[in-house]
Amino acid sequence: MNDERSVATSGASPVAREGGASTPAVHIDAFNAWYGEMHVLRNITVDMPEKKVTAFIGPSGCGKSTLLRWINRINDAIVSARAAGTLQVHGVDVLDRRTDIVSLRRRIGIVFQKPNPFPKSVYDNISFGIQMHYQVSHRETQAVVEWALRKAGLWEEVKDRLHHSALSLSGGQQQRLCIARALALAPEVILMDEPCSALDPIATAKIEELIHQLREMYTVVIVTHNMQQAARVADYTAFIYQGELIETGETARLFQAPQDKRTEDYITGKFG
Amino acid sequence: MNSWKPDAPVIAFDPRRLQAVQKPVEKRIRKDRWFERVCVVVTVASVLVLVVLLAAIFGLGMKTVTPGFLTRPPSPDPTEAGFFPAIIGNIWLMVIVLLGALPIGIATAIILEEYVPKNRFFKHLHSIAQANITNLAGVPSVVYGIIGLTLFVSMFMMHANAPKTIFEIGVKYYDQFYNEAGEVLLVPVDSNEAPETKPEQGMRALVHDGTAVALNVIGEDEPFPEDAAVAVRTVRRSDIPGRISEESWYHFRIPFGRSVLAGGLTLILVVLPIIITASQEALRAVPFSFREAAWGLGATRWNTVWKITLPAAIPGIMTGTILALSRAIGEAAPLLMIAGIVYISNPPGNLMDDFTAMPLQIYNWAQRPQAEFHRIAAGGIIVLLVVLLCFNAAAVYIRQKYSKYQGM
Repeated sequence: MNDERSVATSGASPVAREGGASTPAVHIDAFNAWYGEMHVLRNITVDMPEKKVTAFIGPSGCGKSTLLRWINRINDAIVSARAAGTLQVHGVDVLDRRTDIVSLRRRIGIVFQKPNPFPKSVYDNISFGIQMHYQVSHRETQAVVEWALRKAGLWEEVKDRLHHSALSLSGGQQQRLCIARALALAPEVILMDEPCSALDPIATAKIEELIHQLREMYTVVIVTHNMQQAARVADYTAFIYQGELIETGETARLFQAPQDKRTEDYITGKFG
Repeated sequence: MNSWKPDAPVIAFDPRRLQAVQKPVEKRIRKDRWFERVCVVVTVASVLVLVVLLAAIFGLGMKTVTPGFLTRPPSPDPTEAGFFPAIIGNIWLMVIVLLGALPIGIATAIILEEYVPKNRFFKHLHSIAQANITNLAGVPSVVYGIIGLTLFVSMFMMHANAPKTIFEIGVKYYDQFYNEAGEVLLVPVDSNEAPETKPEQGMRALVHDGTAVALNVIGEDEPFPEDAAVAVRTVRRSDIPGRISEESWYHFRIPFGRSVLAGGLTLILVVLPIIITASQEALRAVPFSFREAAWGLGATRWNTVWKITLPAAIPGIMTGTILALSRAIGEAAPLLMIAGIVYISNPPGNLMDDFTAMPLQIYNWAQRPQAEFHRIAAGGIIVLLVVLLCFNAAAVYIRQKYSKYQGM
């Protein structure tokens, strides 16, 4: 494992250097992505440090979600999607056809924009993944479910209705359930694709608080079109505009002293 | 917002001008009322047709639907005629159709919906299969009857008058002789195609209780032996036997002949396209986000289908299947090709047995000249309608019940 990581570090990138963080969890170099003939990401080079929150900001349609969705190859589901370049997660070559995407996705959890719990009970939503990947007893599964729900700050709210339909929860609770579902698999990286855009401000605040806590154990990558959110939760921020990575850096630095004119225009609200 | 093009020509326009060019509202409202009236008339007319039809059938046949009608075999005497073999025959057909069409139909729908290929060649194959299934749903059922006749009944040996049996198990054939007392003596033969047995001295035969004896053969004019023990096993040289068969429950032969299995398989062909398209619709109705969520957790496509997509689609699949089954129950045309109109007094005892079904029996009665039989046919239609109604009610119930839980 350590050997693999050292490979990943070799391509030092702006974020890693500026942040002075240890080894990057996700290493992306000269990455390009297409949908059919449409070239949506051009030459992206960025590293995401371990156990930090990295945010991608940019106007709608700039390609930030596409980048995130390639990190655990969930974009395979889209028939016309293609990608080329280097994309490594803890040294594993994600884009390699031979890469086992089942264990890759266990190690890289994802939370989608719209809460999408399964039409099953709260408990079954979480146990589904556990039983798929791990040889665990019923009791252990229960323990993991409780741990994940506590971790996601949902336990107190749902402990009395674990066997009710997950669809009966509120939108914010559903989204935290989706986070708990990802946490239960003991991932290393958690991808979040605009996790709060379908939620009200209170639910949003809870999720942001949760992201803060997750940083202690996981590498978090979050895509958001909400700059304040990036400023609140992220250690590092990357600005993507029209398929190109414009600027990356520590969040405070990027927001206070953007080096590129376009970044400055975006964060001051001149466009987007 | 962004679609606004500044170079588009801007027409000088005053909103107040619209006041002057209003269309009369009354005309639109009148049109709306007329449309509503036409709709009501059309609806009432179609319901009326149904009511008249039902009234006619019930008026004609209600009196014939008695417990005896449901439990008796058909008979040349209209007062004695019953529906029993047809009802049981239909149940056999339904079980075969359900066991065959449901797994094949769901599996096909899963392949077509969930395993969409990326490879160009398989993409082609996929779209050909899809187009075929969609087209097959519209093929008249008589055509399936012909397919069933060639494929299952005779297995491509149409030229032979009676298709030759290639393989057979679970059946014993005997040639049946009678002794002087009229008791049965059975001489086993190898197959149904074996030549007629000529009685010979010492030939092995079975008496009615199953014990083996050696035949004692005497000439035309010779008197029967005095000894009762010998007389029991004595037949005349000139006696002509009758061929009978003793079938066990696992009787099986290739080709299937005009059997209930051939009928059921043919009905499977009729309903498969319907079940496949219904299952595809049901799978397609499952939100893509469920699949994405499962894949995001590291589920394989099979995990996703088995644990997430299929359970969510089951209500839709079940309703589609039940409606397809209710179509299969009423099908007469393909079964007519397979079974023909024959007098069947017993329900099938094994898969290779002759059979009749409710629509066939109704057709049989309806084509007879006597009015009594038309009444019985109407009684049969009532039974068929009640069964269909039950099936449709089950479909509605399943849909109602599951849609509450799914919230979809």
